[in-house]
Parts: sequence; structure tokens; C-alpha cells
Amino acid sequence: MTNLFGQLINLFAALLLLIAFAMLSQRRVLSLINLFAFQGLVLSVSTAIVAWSSSQHHLYYSAALTLLLKVLVLPWILHRLIRRLNVKWDVETMFNIPTTMLVGIALVVFAFNLAAPISQMAGTITKGTLGIAMASVLLSFLMMITRSKAVPQVIGFLAMENGLFFAATSATYGMPMVVELGIALDVLVGMFILGIFFFQIRETFDSLDLKHMEKLKEE
Amino acid sequence: MEILWTLAIPLIGGLLLALFGGRRFAPELNSAMSLGTFVAAAALTVRVITDGPITALNEQFFVDSFNVFLVALTALVGLTTSLFSRPYMRIEQHHGKLSVNMLRLYHSMYQLFTFTMLLALLTNNLGIMWVAMEAATLTTVLLVSLYRTPASLEAAWKYFILCGVGIAQALFGTILVYFAAEKLLGAGGNALLWTHLDSVKAHLEPTVLSLAFVFLLVGYGTKVGLAPLHNWLPDAHAEGPTPVSAVLSGLLLNVALYAVMRSKVLVDGALGSHFAGDLMMGFGLLSVVMAAFFLSRQKDVKRMFAYSSIEHMGLMTFAFGMGGPVATFAGMLHMTVHSLTKSAIFFAVGHATQKAGTQLMENIRGLIKTSPTIGWGLVIGSLAILGMPPFGVFASEFMIITTAMHTYPWTTPFLLTALGVAFAAIFSRVQTMVFGETVGQRLPHPPALVPVFVHLGLVLLLGLYIPPYLAVWYRQAAALIG
Amino acid sequence: MTISAVLLQLFQDTLVVLIAPLLLGWVNQCRAWLQNRSGAGVLQPYRNLAKLFHKDAALANNASPLFRATPYILFAAMWLAAALVPVIATDLPLSPAVDVIALVGIFALARVFISLAAMDIGTSFGTLGARREMLVGFLAEPALLMVFFTASIISQSTSLITIVETLAHKQFVLYPSLAFAAVAFVMVLLAENARIPVDNPSTHLELTMIHEAMILEYSARHLALVEWASALKLLAYTTIGIALFLPWGIAEAGDWGALPLALVALFVKLTAAGASLALLETISAKMRIFRVPEFMGTAFLLAVLGMLIRFLLGS
Repeated sequence: MTNLFGQLINLFAALLLLIAFAMLSQRRVLSLINLFAFQGLVLSVSTAIVAWSSSQHHLYYSAALTLLLKVLVLPWILHRLIRRLNVKWDVETMFNIPTTMLVGIALVVFAFNLAAPISQMAGTITKGTLGIAMASVLLSFLMMITRSKAVPQVIGFLAMENGLFFAATSATYGMPMVVELGIALDVLVGMFILGIFFFQIRETFDSLDLKHMEKLKEE
Repeated sequence: MEILWTLAIPLIGGLLLALFGGRRFAPELNSAMSLGTFVAAAALTVRVITDGPITALNEQFFVDSFNVFLVALTALVGLTTSLFSRPYMRIEQHHGKLSVNMLRLYHSMYQLFTFTMLLALLTNNLGIMWVAMEAATLTTVLLVSLYRTPASLEAAWKYFILCGVGIAQALFGTILVYFAAEKLLGAGGNALLWTHLDSVKAHLEPTVLSLAFVFLLVGYGTKVGLAPLHNWLPDAHAEGPTPVSAVLSGLLLNVALYAVMRSKVLVDGALGSHFAGDLMMGFGLLSVVMAAFFLSRQKDVKRMFAYSSIEHMGLMTFAFGMGGPVATFAGMLHMTVHSLTKSAIFFAVGHATQKAGTQLMENIRGLIKTSPTIGWGLVIGSLAILGMPPFGVFASEFMIITTAMHTYPWTTPFLLTALGVAFAAIFSRVQTMVFGETVGQRLPHPPALVPVFVHLGLVLLLGLYIPPYLAVWYRQAAALIG
Repeated sequence: MTISAVLLQLFQDTLVVLIAPLLLGWVNQCRAWLQNRSGAGVLQPYRNLAKLFHKDAALANNASPLFRATPYILFAAMWLAAALVPVIATDLPLSPAVDVIALVGIFALARVFISLAAMDIGTSFGTLGARREMLVGFLAEPALLMVFFTASIISQSTSLITIVETLAHKQFVLYPSLAFAAVAFVMVLLAENARIPVDNPSTHLELTMIHEAMILEYSARHLALVEWASALKLLAYTTIGIALFLPWGIAEAGDWGALPLALVALFVKLTAAGASLALLETISAKMRIFRVPEFMGTAFLLAVLGMLIRFLLGS
């Protein structure tokens, strides 16, 4: 039975990695938001499976919190934002996708190597997935670097948070509840602030393209 | 009890000012709240000094001589900055740069920012410390973009994204610490309590902790402004309102460094080697050198002093990295005097730029004629920050450099060159700004610069004579984190 | 080597060559149904082949022997490939030769010959098709190899027989790595068999065609052989996919009793695979030729990810 759960968790971990890559290669803002919501869903389900298989009851709350925040509230806010800001059909010219992908693969290998000694020490049934969690953090990071528009950067940021959450679940069965609540609060408040911020940027620059925001640098 | 008051007053202040922050009396309310915080913090300090370390509320809060000194400093600078911001923000509003709503946001966020920093300092839980640090970023993002100019928006965006990414690394580090601690302390909230971690630090898994420290240093180091993760700092300091620059430079950077130090204690205990110290020395030295050379190329006065902050944070990180009683003592002294001096400088610079209507140094001339108090404030402040005797910065820098000569001689040429370059850059600029020829008229009413001279007076005092109880207090703290 | 094993091998070889056009007909029929057409019936490919074999071949004046030999080489290569794949039974006389890398090699050989033949006459379309074929091929081949490697790592062998036996006889285990590999494999299959979204087998649009452009100069029996080879290639790929990802129900060597069951299983699996292929083709749109490298790059990425996950996660 535990074996099956282990396999399921591995499967979801693999899915998370796949989604991270899909986000990396996605050009359209709307699809990006949907992918982000899907990532949250996978995260929530896998957390619930971990909770069930390890009978760590506090993880159910984490799973519910993830479901509420990352599958429903945040994508809803993002959808509203892009509708209000009218950036729904924003297509982004990006860095060459295959190159980004290759860099991504290199990052995955790096993350796996970094995580290998730690996962060997973990006593959780999910220990193998720590490498994947780290890889998705790094991939989100890469996504933030390669994007030039505000909304995709923020989604990259949120996806990074997802990866960290997954790392916490897979290495230690989640952080203490009070910390997790605090993190969730920070993410939510951060999202609201960003929402305000988007409007300010838009008002000032008439666009959410961050290319306009390259004035401040050392000459 | 004092802990609760110290935290509750700014929190209540933040909520109250969210409602009334735009009214006429709001600046006074803001100062009153900061005063209340300061009184509570002072009471807490007295209690900790007399009774020793205390914990409260199921050990969720923990105060020892290391963090209480930062609590006192934070509350003090918070108070003086709120006093400074009272006339300053009024004039900004008068100039039409701020609306009533912006002012309300500013006042409310100012108090909440104080709250998050005090929470980060007082909490015993490494996870909550992370949450508070992230919240400190969130509260200041909208303050940096307060003026809604393109440059300020860009600065705020950079600040948010870079610090957000950085702090995410710190979260990963915290997760790793929890992962190592959970085996010894069991799952649940206790495994992240610093006091518990400290008691078992020798048994924590060394590989995990060393990896965790790398992440924590990179994460919180972004907020400290360590090179090469410092990019957000000059922008945020230059584009935000001056009181915000003052508290960012004088307080937030300290708190971030505090977080690094708390982690370092654990890692040193687990590793038994100088790994963490070496890393910090490397980052610190790099920051000092890099900042000094960028300093000389600045045209914007607030940017210049922002780079000076990077330099001094680098110096502190370097000092704490070296470790040992003298260097740690010097690091803490430097933390104190840098906070006081740098915020004083920002107060003076704020008034100067407000009068001149520009932040470009080439357009600010002859302050000594137009407003002698601002002029003298800026000169004395700059001399103090550049480490001229008899100011406190001299004492701390002297101790840091002599220790470095003694234990890591190869670092001294770098440090001395960097300090020399910084001296030349800042002094020549400040000199023309203050004593240069001007056609400007003498201002009708002199600005209220009491906070500047209070801070500089304290720095002077610390340079001439460190009161014995303060020295004992620093020494205790140095022994704690040493 | 028993006589029954040899017989079984012969039976399998005859079977694949006979049912290959049937599979093609079935896919076409499904597509017709999905597009609300009545379709030509599943036997249409046989009728086409018969018609072509009855015609007289017309050759270009400057056709070299290579051009004439290519249809036979192509047919032989594809037949060999399809015959090697364990379709109904494992442990046949040819089994030791069934190495996945060898399979990739056989496909590469066929590709080289058809491309050379396409350029042989010197028409612009032939050259164009050959170049496009190579563009697809050089990206598809590494992806295919990576898919095979993922499966090989699980069963510790590059022999397709061993892979099938390991996967078919183990208790059911979820392999995320294999799921990744399966998706990558389907993408390679679509590209290699000139299916939508990479190519459209039923049109001759000069801007988009790949496979059809290469065989424009062939007629009569040559064309019949090329078409038959294409059908065999599709069958080979489908059966490889079945062997790697759905190996259950295959018969052991000499186990005549399991044979009817294996045949039924094969029939069901091929029917389902053909139908899903048609569905996949119907719901996706033909992509621009310059997007094909991206498509194949994704396939390669997925295959590599699968392998990485297998390596580092152990699942």
C-alpha cells in the first residue's frame, strides 16, 4: 500500500516537473495562469496523499490551504487582473525556447545532484522528490529571468513558492502550521500589493512590459 | 509583557493610521506611536539587562542581549525618523508630490514596517522570522513607489522581485534547518525555535546545515545588500521618500544581518569549522570593495549614500565573519553607529534635496549659505560615516581593521583601499555641495534638524566613551554570537 | 531452436506484412468517421496496392539504379523492423537480434535511402522533401533513442525482448519516467510517420509536404512498395509503442495455447492505438514547418526528463 502511495507521489512530482517545463516554454499569459492553477492542484493533491499515507493530519490543512489559495484565489485574482488590465492576449517574444529548455535540463541535473545527499537522510516516504522540488524552484527562477513582462515574472515568483512548499512537504512533511499560515499570508498580501502595483505600472508606462523599466542602471 | 507592548503598539499604530493616516494630526500620531514603541522597547531593554535573557508566550519570543540591543536601536531610529518625517512629509505634501491617500498609506506602512522588523528581531521561531522579513519587504514596496514616478516604480519593482527571490532562497534554507532539526527535536513548532536549536546545535547534521547556510546567507544577504545581490538597494534608496531611505538603510539592513547571524551561530555549532565565517568574510569583502568603487561614480546624492550603506554592511558582515570577541564587538558597535550616522545623513540629505528640488549633486551647491544647519549636519555626518576620529565609526572601523591585520593580513590592503576610495569620493562631493558657490538665497526658516544632531551626538559619544553598561552589554552579546 | 518457434516466427513475419495496410486503412477510416465522412473502408489500402502493382512503372530518364533499388530496400528494411518487434510472442529465433539501437539503425538506413532516392532525379520537390525529412529525422532520432534508454534503464537491457518481459511480467508499478517517455514516443511516432501535426499524408501541398514530396517520382510497383513500407513503418512504430508501454498479453515462445489470446490482445491494442492516432490527428492542427524543430525539441526534452527521473528518482 505504502509502495503505491510512494509511486503516486513520484508520479505527481514528475507532473510538477513537467508543468514547470511547460511554464518555461509557454508564451501566452492566459495559459500560464492556467498552468499555475494546475500546478497548485497537483501540489494540493500530492500533499493530501502524503498526509493520508503518513497520517500527518496537519498536512490536510496545508493541502486545503494550497487548494484555496493557489488553485482558487490567486488564479482568480490573476484572471481578474489581466482582464482589467487587458493583457489577456499578451504574447511574449522570448529567449529562444529550445535553449531555455536545455538550460532547464542542466538545472534539473544540478538540482538532483545537490539534493541527493540530503534526500538520503530524509526519513519521509517522499524523500526522492526533494530533488524535483529543488529543480522546480530553479526552473521558476529561470522563468523569471527569461521573461520581460510583469505578469509572467510574478507567476514565476509564485511558482517558485510552490516549489518551496513542495520541498517542505517532501523533506519534512511540511513546516509547522504557524509558519505555513504566515507564509500563506505573505503570499496573499504580496499578491494584493502586486495587483496595486500592476495598475501603477500600467498607468505610468501604458504597458506591463518591463523593457520600459531599464532606466536605473549604473553607467 | 514588555515584549507584547513593543509589538502591539506599532501594530495598533499601523491599523489606526490606516484609518486616520491622512488627517492633519496623523504625523503627530505616527510620532506618538513610535514614542510608545520606544518606551516599551526601553523598558524591555532595562529588564533584559537586569534579569538576563527572557522567553515569553510558550517560548515563541526570545530576547537576549544580542537582539535587545537591536530592538532598542530599531525603536530609537524609528522614533527619530518619525520625528523627522513629520515636517518633511508636510513639505512634500505642500509641494503637491503627495496626496492625502498616499500620506495615509505612508503612515500606516511606516508603523507596520516597524512592527515587522521588531517581530523579526523578537521572535524565537526561525520560520516566523522569515515571515516577518518577507512582510518587511511587502510593507516597504509601496513606500518606495510612493511618488509614482517611472523611476520609483522601477525601483520598487526591482526591490520586490529581487528581495522576493532572495527571500525565497532563505525559505529554502529555513526548510533545510527544520529538516535537520526535526530529527533531534521531533516534528512540530518546537523544531524551529532558536533556543531549542541552539541547545542541540552540536548534533545537527553538518551537510544539511552547511547547505542551509548557503541558502540563508544568499537569501537574507540579498536584503542586507551584499554584493553581488545588491542591485535593488541603491534604486530603492534613491527613489523612495527620504524617511524610508533612512529606515531601510538604518534598520532593515541590520535586521537582515541579524537573521544571518542567528543562522551562523547554529551552523558554527553544527560544523565546528569556520565555513560560515569564511563565506561571510568573502561576501563582506566583495561588498566593501565593490561599493567603494561604485561610490565614486554616483551623481545622485541618495544613491551615493546608498552605496555607502552597502560598503558598511559589507564591513559588518566581514567583521562578524571573522568572529572572535573583538571583531564581533566591533561589528555590533559598527551596526549601532552606522544606523545612527546613516539615518542622520539621510535626514540632512532629505532636507537638502527638498530645498534644492533635485537629487543630482552637481545641482546642489553652497548649503552652508542657504541653510547652515543642513550644511553642518551633512558635513559632520559625512565625516562621521567616513570614519574620522573622534566619532564612533572610527572606533569600530579601527577595531575591525586591526583584527583583520592580525588574523587575516591579506584582507587589509583591500579594506584600506576601499575605505580610501570611499573617503575621497564622498568627501569631495560633500565638500562642493556644502561649501560650493551658490546664487541661492538664505532660506527664510531653518529646518528642524534635531534628530540629525541627536544621532550625531550619540555617535560622537560612542566614539569618545562607551558607557560601561553598554560595553558589558556588547560583550555579552559578542559572547553569545561570537 | 524448435520447429514450432521457427513456425511462430514465420507466422509473425507474414502476419505483420499482411496486416500493415489494414492498420493504415483503419486509421484512415477512423479519421473519416471523425471528420463526418463515410470513408473508403478499411480495405482501401489493399485495393490501392493491387491497382499499383498492375500498372507499368514509368521511370525518369536520368534515374540511377539507386532510385530503382530504393523501394525494395525500403520495403525490406521496414519489414525487418516490423518482424523483429515482438508482436505476439517473445523468445523467437530472431529475438537475440531485437536490439532497440539496431531498430533505430534500421529506420535510419531507410531514411538515408529514401532521401537519396528523392534527390536522385533532381527535381526541386524531391530535394525539398529530402531536406525536410532530414530536418525531422535528426531531431526525432535522438528523442527515440532517449525513449528507448528510459525503458532500457528500467529493465537493464537494450534488448526489446528483455524490456517486454520485464515490464509484462512484473507486478504493476507506476513509472512516471515511462509516462514521460510514452508522450515523447507518441510525438516521435507522429513525426516519423508523416502524420498531422508534422506532416499531412493525404495532401500534396508543396509548402508543407515532407514525405509525399520525396516519393512524387515513383509510380506503379515502386510506389506500391514505398506505400507498403510506410504502412509497415507505422505498424512497426505502433507495435514498438505497445511493446514498451502496454506489453501485457504477449505469448511466450512455443506456447501455442497462449497464441489465440495474444492475437486477440494484439488486435484489440492495434485497434485502440489506430483509433487514438486518428483522434489525435483530428484534434490537432498542422503546424508550420519551422515549428517542427520546437515540437521535436519538446519530445527530446520529455524523453530526457523521463530518463533523468528514472535515474535520480528511481521510479
